[in-house]
Amino acid sequence: MSAAALWAAHGPIVPIALPLVAGSLLLLLEASRSARASALVPWVSLLATAALLLASVQLLVQADSGVVQAYLLGNWQAPFGIALALDRLAALMLVLMAVVALGSLVYALGGDSRRGVHFHALFQFQLMGLAGAFLTTDLFNLFVFFEVLLAASYGLLLHGDADGRRARLRSALHYVVFNLVGSALFLIAVSLLYGLAGTLNMADLALKLPQLGPENARLAQAAALMLLVVFAVKAALLPLYFWLPETYASATAPVAALFAIMTKVGVYAILRMSTLVFGAGAGATAGSVAPMLPLALATLTLAAIGALAARRLNVLVAYLVIGSAGTLLLAVALAEPASVAAALFYLVNSTLVAALWFLLCDRITQARGGSDRLQPAALGPGWAGLGVLFLVAAVAVAGVPPLAGFMGKTLLLQAVGALALAPALVMTVVALVLLSSLLMMVALARAGSLIFWKPGPAAAPAAAVAVVAPRPAQTAHGLALAGLAAAVVASAVAAGPISAYTEAAAAQLFERQTYLRAVLGAQPAPPAYDVRKEMRERGDAK
Amino acid sequence: MLLLLAIFVGTLAGCGIWLMLRARSFDLILGLTLLSYAVNVFIFTMGRVKVDAAAIVASGVPATLADTADPLPQALVLTAIVISFAMTAVLVALAVRARAETGVDHVDGQEPPR
Repeated sequence: MSAAALWAAHGPIVPIALPLVAGSLLLLLEASRSARASALVPWVSLLATAALLLASVQLLVQADSGVVQAYLLGNWQAPFGIALALDRLAALMLVLMAVVALGSLVYALGGDSRRGVHFHALFQFQLMGLAGAFLTTDLFNLFVFFEVLLAASYGLLLHGDADGRRARLRSALHYVVFNLVGSALFLIAVSLLYGLAGTLNMADLALKLPQLGPENARLAQAAALMLLVVFAVKAALLPLYFWLPETYASATAPVAALFAIMTKVGVYAILRMSTLVFGAGAGATAGSVAPMLPLALATLTLAAIGALAARRLNVLVAYLVIGSAGTLLLAVALAEPASVAAALFYLVNSTLVAALWFLLCDRITQARGGSDRLQPAALGPGWAGLGVLFLVAAVAVAGVPPLAGFMGKTLLLQAVGALALAPALVMTVVALVLLSSLLMMVALARAGSLIFWKPGPAAAPAAAVAVVAPRPAQTAHGLALAGLAAAVVASAVAAGPISAYTEAAAAQLFERQTYLRAVLGAQPAPPAYDVRKEMRERGDAK
Repeated sequence: MLLLLAIFVGTLAGCGIWLMLRARSFDLILGLTLLSYAVNVFIFTMGRVKVDAAAIVASGVPATLADTADPLPQALVLTAIVISFAMTAVLVALAVRARAETGVDHVDGQEPPR
């Protein structure tokens, strides 16, 4: 089989298989005592992540033709076996994940990856779980991939050396327990849906749920809402986001940057379920996502207030992440193609900029001698470059022209204006989105002017000398920051193609037939070698 | 049978949640374990409880759910058990470490002010 044919047949499994193989290899290399093997570790990890990016981009190009490519794991036909499906949304999430991963990994190679054990292997397993969650079409398989990415994230969250270990342990304990309870809820919801519909394949569920009798309507609604609650835990919706600021603020910088895509997994899952399974015409469960609208608005407002009240830069950035999740869920809860298209556009920018922020925070903290408290402190060398990056990141995240955060919010507000909603609701949405942007801008302006314009007293020479990272760290950190900043700017420059793509992706989500046909109609490949037939011919079989 | 299972699941889940709300890492782990037991039994019941039926297709018996137990929830339970077992192990390790580091069993790493 030629390489092109192999790719055409097995392309969608590559984003899962590649990190799995790389992670397993890295485990062996990291465990090895030979110096040569451990010198290979960063390179293998880097190579695997770069290859993942290339594969994801190739899949994005394929998905952009509008074809939904289904991949039958184990070669069983769809509702009976687990299938993967690659559509525009999945491909977009994969590329975004790979870009963020590459940026975080390059930054980690500047020294953070050596502050604990097994960083690279856990990193690859996390990528595997994320890719699987984006690609799978089976609810239970989604649960398993969630557990894979969570298990890896527990390890990554604890990664780091002695400073800040106590805070990390405490927030990790909260994070693990919270997610374990979430997993229990997930299992209850999944098994309820199985008990009702007799299937776990999302495409099959989309066909079976509308046929449920009225006696099962309440149970189906309960299952749907429980499922959305579980995803809202990951996406950081209002009553369920309190774990996030502390967790993200205590994680090592590259880990926090990678976690920028983790909240987006929740948003992705909500979007997928609400359009495919609980969309219009889903019988009792139609419109399950609607109660999220007020919660998303409240999340957005509280995130802005949290950002304003933050006394540490890391916590401020964590609240910015919550704010972007609120904006995204707001658009998803409106459940219209135009609002979802705007949300996807905003998602690209907000993920990239969140990753950039966490890395930037780490550099600023180092330049200020190890403190990210928003109090005057002496600023070390290299402040000019950091200041420029701070400005770019602040402009992009707060939604000020000319960067893509502004365009995303504009698209969203335009979509809200064009929908047939109650005028009072439109006014509330517009007012809260604009007000929260303003509050975040104020918070960022205050933090920026305090850090860069009011560097504290030229402190005692020995006490507050900034930690100047050694040379390779500077290069790796600079590369990662410049790369992510370039990606943020590029997402504004290429706003035309990106918004065309996200519009097509949203249209594909709401026009479900392509997806359903692709998943349920996929035919197993004929076996290259038929053992049963051979046994029959030899006369072995009964 | 179904009523018995329902009472069992409800009691386990209730005890689990009560223990989790006590905010001590030992009680928390115990509570999570009880909750995961409840969930496992719940998944099992979702395949419809059937007494004296095999989960595999026997020769001579029609391969329908009327004659056999649903094998899928049993496979799901197995996966769920493995995952929750592994996660409990992670949590125990984490809690022991946190206890060693902070000296208290409270999940916040310090005793709440009285």
